[in-house]
This record gives sequence, C-alpha cells and structure tokens, in this order.
Amino acid sequence: MLSYLARRLIQTIPILLAVAALIFILFSVIPGSFASSLGDDGKSVLDAETMARMNRELGLSDPIYVRFARYVGQLAQFDLGVSFRTRQPVAVVIAERLWPSAQLALASMGFAIFVGVPLGFVAALRPGSLIDTGSMVLAVSGLSLPKFWLGLLLMYLFALKLGWLPSFGYGDGGLKHLLLPAVALGVSPLALLARTTRAAVLEILDADFVRTARSKGMSETRVVRWHLARNALVIVLTTVGLQFGSVIGQAVVVEKLFSWPGLGSLLIDSVSLRDLPVVQGAILTIVMIFLVINLTVDALCAAIDPRIKYT
Amino acid sequence: MSEAPLLSVENLRIDLAIADARHAAVKDVSFAIGRGETYGLVGESGCGKSVTALALIGLLKAPMSVGGGRVRLHGEEIQALPAAQMRKLRGKKISMIFQEPMTALNPVSPVGRQIAEMFVLHEGATWREAERRAVEALASVRVPAPDRRVKDFPHQLSGGMRQRVMIAIALACNPDLLLADEPTTALDVTVQAEILELIRDLSAAKGAAVLMISHDLGLIANMCARVGVMYAGRLVEERPSQEIFSAPSHPYTKGLVASLPLLGDRAKHGRQRLREIAGVVPAVTNFPAGCRFNPRCPAASDICLSDDPAPTQLPGGLVRCHHHD
Amino acid sequence: MSPLIAHTDPVMDANLMNAEVPPGAEFWFGTDAQGRDIYSRVLYGARISLTVGVLSQLINTAIGVALGMSAGYWGGWWDDVVSGLTNMMLAIPSLVFALAIMAILSPGLTSLLIALGLTNWSYTCRLARASTLSLRNQGYVQAARILGYGDLRIMLTQILPNILGPIIVIGTLGMGGAVLAEAALSFLGLGIRPPFPSWGSMLSDARDQITTAPWISIFPGLAIFVTVLGLNLLGDGLRDILDPQARARTA
Repeated sequence: MLSYLARRLIQTIPILLAVAALIFILFSVIPGSFASSLGDDGKSVLDAETMARMNRELGLSDPIYVRFARYVGQLAQFDLGVSFRTRQPVAVVIAERLWPSAQLALASMGFAIFVGVPLGFVAALRPGSLIDTGSMVLAVSGLSLPKFWLGLLLMYLFALKLGWLPSFGYGDGGLKHLLLPAVALGVSPLALLARTTRAAVLEILDADFVRTARSKGMSETRVVRWHLARNALVIVLTTVGLQFGSVIGQAVVVEKLFSWPGLGSLLIDSVSLRDLPVVQGAILTIVMIFLVINLTVDALCAAIDPRIKYT
Repeated sequence: MSEAPLLSVENLRIDLAIADARHAAVKDVSFAIGRGETYGLVGESGCGKSVTALALIGLLKAPMSVGGGRVRLHGEEIQALPAAQMRKLRGKKISMIFQEPMTALNPVSPVGRQIAEMFVLHEGATWREAERRAVEALASVRVPAPDRRVKDFPHQLSGGMRQRVMIAIALACNPDLLLADEPTTALDVTVQAEILELIRDLSAAKGAAVLMISHDLGLIANMCARVGVMYAGRLVEERPSQEIFSAPSHPYTKGLVASLPLLGDRAKHGRQRLREIAGVVPAVTNFPAGCRFNPRCPAASDICLSDDPAPTQLPGGLVRCHHHD
Repeated sequence: MSPLIAHTDPVMDANLMNAEVPPGAEFWFGTDAQGRDIYSRVLYGARISLTVGVLSQLINTAIGVALGMSAGYWGGWWDDVVSGLTNMMLAIPSLVFALAIMAILSPGLTSLLIALGLTNWSYTCRLARASTLSLRNQGYVQAARILGYGDLRIMLTQILPNILGPIIVIGTLGMGGAVLAEAALSFLGLGIRPPFPSWGSMLSDARDQITTAPWISIFPGLAIFVTVLGLNLLGDGLRDILDPQARARTA
C-alpha cells in the first residue's frame, strides 16, 4: 500500500513540472503580449513605470533558460514571487484565499455526493420507476445548466425575492453565505454522480458475484450492503476525484458571480489587473490541489479495492 | 407408500420473453433425484441445462421465468414459494456452484468473510464465530494454510483455489442438494480431477445430492449414476450412465457418444476421425416444428418434421424419439 | 438565418426610450438596459455560441484523434510523449486552462476557438489511443500491413472508421461542454466582448439588472440550457446507437 502511494506520488512530480513549464511558457516567454494586450482591451492600463518594473522583476532581458531555471528554483522554495499590484508575496495572497475556496469546493462536493449518490442508487435499484426516470431527467438537465445562470436564478429567488439568504459575499463565512454558491456549483457534479452511480450499480447488479450472493439466500438489502456498496464505491470515488477538478475550474465563475473571496475570483481579478505573478501562482496552486485530491482518491480506492495495488 | 424423492421436477417449462412473445426455452423437463444421489445433466451449450438449474434455485432473471410445471423438494412444491421462503431454502437446502470462479466471488471481499456469511445468514452465528468456522470450511476443501488464506482476496488465489472456496461456500450449511453448473469447465485440466473428487467426496460425506451439469459426457459418466441428456430445451434421453455409453438410444446421444475420443480405441480400430454432429443448436426463437432435433438428425423422417415425439419408457430410463432403438 | 427571423439589429438598434421593457407583444423576450430587443440578441448569440461550440470541439477531436491514434499505433517514445501531454492536460481543469489562454490573447472569436479548441482533447486522445491499441493487432490491420499499405493509410482507412463511434459520442457531449465554457468565459468578460451578443456576455450585462429586469437574465440562460441539453441528449442517443458496449450494458 505504501509503495503504491509512493509510486503514485513520484508519478505526479513530472506532471507538476510540466504544468509549471507550460505556465511559464504561456506567461513568461510571451509576457510582451500579456502586457501589450492591455492596450487592446483598454480596461486596465499599465503605466510606463509598472511596465518597467515588470521587465526588471521578471528579468526579461535574461535568456529564456535562465529565467526558467530561476522560476523553478523559486517554486522549489515555495516562492511564487510578489504581486505587482499589492506588493504582497503571492504565497500570502493565495494562502488567504485557500480556506474560502476549500469551504466552497467541499460544500458543493458534499452536496453533490450526499444527494447524487443515493439518488443514483435508488434509481438503479428500481429501474424504470418514476424515481428512476425523474432523477435521470434531472441529471441530464443538471449537466446542461450553466452554473452562473443557475446561480443568478438562485440569487434572484432566494436572496432578492424571498430574502432568506444573502445575495453575495463571504460575510462571516457561515452556512448562510455558503449555501447558494455551493448549490450552484454542486448541481452538475451531482447530476454526473447520480448518472455514474446508477450505471455502476446496474452493472454490478448483473455481475456473477451478485448472483452468487443471491444463491446464498441473501436478502436484496444484504446483497446491496454486503456486496454491492463497496464495489460501487470504487467507481463513485473515481468520479468524485475527476469531478473535483471540474469543480475547482468552475468555481472561478461561481466565485466571481457571488463575490466569494476564493482562489477563482483571485485568479479572474488578477487576470483583469494583469497581475502576472498572482495569475501564475493561482493556476499552479489550483493544479497542485487537483493533483493532491487525485492522489487522495487513488489512496482511498486502493484501500477499498485490493486489486488496485497490483495493477 | 414409497418415500418422495429428494427433488422431483415435473414438466418444467421456462419461458423466454422477447418483445411480448413467450418462447419455451425449456419444455416438459421431468426428472427426479434421490437423497445423496448424483444426477448428471448433459448437452451442448444453449440447450437449457444452466437455466434449468437456475430455475430450481429460484434465480432466473428477466427475460427468463418459470412458465409451468412443478418442482418438489422433500415432496413440497417450491416453484411458487414466496420470495422470503425461497430465500431461506437457498444456500441452506439447495446451493449452487458456478462455472466462472474468476467472477463468481466478490473481488473486494476476503474469501473467509464470503464463507462466513453463510453461517451468519443461516445459522445465526456471530461474525467472530462464523469467521472461525470459515477457517474450518476452507480446511475441509483441502486449502493449505486455511487460517491465512481466509484473509486473501479472490484475485490472490488461483482458479482451482477459488473454485474450492466456492465449494466451501456451497457446502457450508450442509445442503440437501448441490447444483454444480460446469464446475470445472473454466479450470486447467490438471485441476479438474481434484475439484471433481472434492465435490464427490464432500457431498458423499455430507449426504448431499448433486445435480452435475456439464457438456462433457465423459465427466458426467464418471461422476453420476444416472444421466439426463438435454437438447434444445428438452430432456431427450434419461438412462443409467453405463447404458448411455453402451447402448445410446436417441440419435443425439449417439452423436455425443460417437464424438468422444476413447482411450485404446485407436489401437483396436486403427486411426479414425472423431465423429461430429453436423449443425448447431437452434436459437430459442427458432425451434423447428416436430422433433427439435430433426434438422440435424440422420434418422429424421416425415413424422419427425410434424410430430413432437412423446417420451417412451425404456428399462431404467426413457427416450424421446420416433426412431429410438 | 438569424437576420431573417430577428426583429431588429441586435447591436446597433439601441433605443433608451425602450429600455428594460418586459416581455410582450412588441418585444417577445423584453428589452435590455439599452433598449435592445433580447429576442434578436439571443438569436444572434446562437450564431456565436454554436460556432464556438461546434468548431472548437472539432479542433479538439482532430487533435485528440491524431495524437491518440498515432500514439497507439506507433507506440514507443511517441506514445510516452503523448501520454505525458495527456496526463498534463488532465491535471489542469480545462476551464482554468482556457481562461489562462484567453488572458494572454485578446478577446474575440478566434481566441475563443484557440482557447477552447486546445484544452479539451485529452479524453478523446485517451479513447483513441486505447481503441487503436486493441485494433493494432487485429487480422485485417495486419493484412493491410502485409499488403504494403503505408502507416498513414492504415490509420485512416483501417483503424479510424472502427474507432469513430465512441469518439463522435464524446465529441457531441464535448460540444455541449464547449457552449457552456464559451458562455462562462464571456460571462467573465474574457470571451466575446459587449456589445456583440453572446449568451454569456448578455448574462454578464444582465447581472446588474437582476432586481429590476430579471427577464434579461432568463432568456439567454434558457437558450444556453436548451442548446446544451439538446447536444447532451443527442450524445446520449448516439451512444445508444454507436457504442455497442454501452448498449449491451443497458440491455
């Protein structure tokens, strides 16, 4: 088990390096375009002084390989540079945003898991029933909803019309503020989880070992509890891991809509402010979080399914 | 008054529902198995042997269902029992071994636990007690180091070992009847004999009757006192196993016997091609009128094309053919 | 087609006298803050959203198939390179990647095609690679090799037709995803910029008027929803027809 995890951990290092290189190429090798594109959009204009500082701090006159080596060296020391705008270390700026982001991501995934998985289970155990058809119609709809539009509608209904919940902002970080963005963000992973769970359960119900379990004289409840649940869990967990990535990505839009002070809104604000070090740092942090989540999911799957360690 | 046989099957019919139509995948199958007897059911794949076994244990799945007939266990009808009562019989009175030991065990559950479930389900044992008895059960199927093997997962065991685990599960609660559906087909030839021996020894020791299903006539003849031959959902011949070899009556049985390689045969008659039965088993939706074997039968005549043959009693058995010997 | 059925010019026909008129006989979907007819703008927005959705997914499919099929067919170092690239792509949430590219390029249709067309090919690539691997040693592929067909010809005539089904399914579902992504980017102000109507940018404008004129928000969002739903249902339907494995599973 430990060696399996070590192996998976080592496998993620080149991926992280490749992502770092990619971000470096995107933003640092062509920062001219990043800076000059400011003229085009006319939203935020960099003055000559900032431009000069950017050139100086990025060492743009150095050769590319020197700059990349310096970049990787700094990363290895968790040094993400200094924000152009606030002059704060990027690591500090990002650290402030981690907890709100984690709250939102966990709340929306929690919502998706605790509603989607049981829904998929029930649908699969009663195929063709009203609850099966209904939940699958809901699932396809959920996958097709634009999250920010759903958020907008939720905001309109629950905050502006009914006045039950605050319309936006972090407030004290309590459940009241968390609820609407979490639901808006959680609906599409919920839909996908419901579908995946249903498909997984249906497939397992057809498996030979379920027939064996029935031949032992087990009630259907016990077949589900003793034999089906664990097998379905592996598939569900894998989906959860993959969905986390999409949730982290989609969080950008939802955080922006609800003015939630997470990594996503930091990223989009920094893009419009052309704060290059923060943009780079935020993307790299997002990728790292995603990789950590995937590792965790792999470890959980390996703990549940003994076959995984050997493949 | 003679005692009722352990299992008696009368005119069993199994329907296959395809788009509102019901086709009789198995029809008019009748046989009986006595206490402790080993009965063989033989035939090509697709002839209805496995679904017959699944029907006996009440595990037919849609689109298959029992369409008629009676199944009696200890003289009591069981084919129409409520689900909850049938469940109590399953595993306790009737148990089953499946063909594929690779997939028949839950891949994420230790094998000991999968055996222990039987004691918890049927004998009200606690998990701790059940796990202990699982070790004994593994020992009884001659698995070495059973106290360590109980913690193994199925993928850590070989096919033969897995089939031993299946046997341990099936015989855990001393059932009266064991259904063994091609228990050795998926195994290496060298392991097959050991597994068959194990089934024979243990069922004899526990007094369990065995319904042995196989496409391998040689295996059936070795194991069983009586043999039923199935073709296209019908029992076409039922005989004591020596007679079925020495004097097969139905043309299909003759074909089966002729297709067997006989040891020493070559020495007697010189090099000979093995005979085969031309053609394939027809699909359930496409059974011919009259005798279902007529398209492949060398002896087929006009009556075979129009009339379904009724069973004819032979000494010690029966045959379902217009032209039987 | 849009100019024929739209009522008014979606960009130029601003009339502040008609600002924020609720849906009615004259303006079916109402008007926005600048008095523009939302019905016309939604129709024009369809052009942009569908163009981006279809074209960007075609680019993704082309990249994914080319990389995946060649990697599966040739194997070796090229396979390692492609697998590495795929793993890297899978590690970056695709919306974040697209956002990064949009941040560098100037907003507009071409940039959107690049940003969305280059960031969502990893699943297609994996699928193409896996299916090619399983086909590579099939008899008919080997026969073609013995006949002296070139690698390219074998890939295009022997392998591609046999792996296309599931790839079309993924592509169709991906189109829905691309329409959603375009809307999200435009909503964030990084895609199509106002005043040109894209469903996402219309929603971005509408957010400020949600209290006074909720209909401005409702119709563009409904248009996205219906379009993506249609694409998803089409994808599901195609899966049932084209992917025999999935069909066997549900049967």
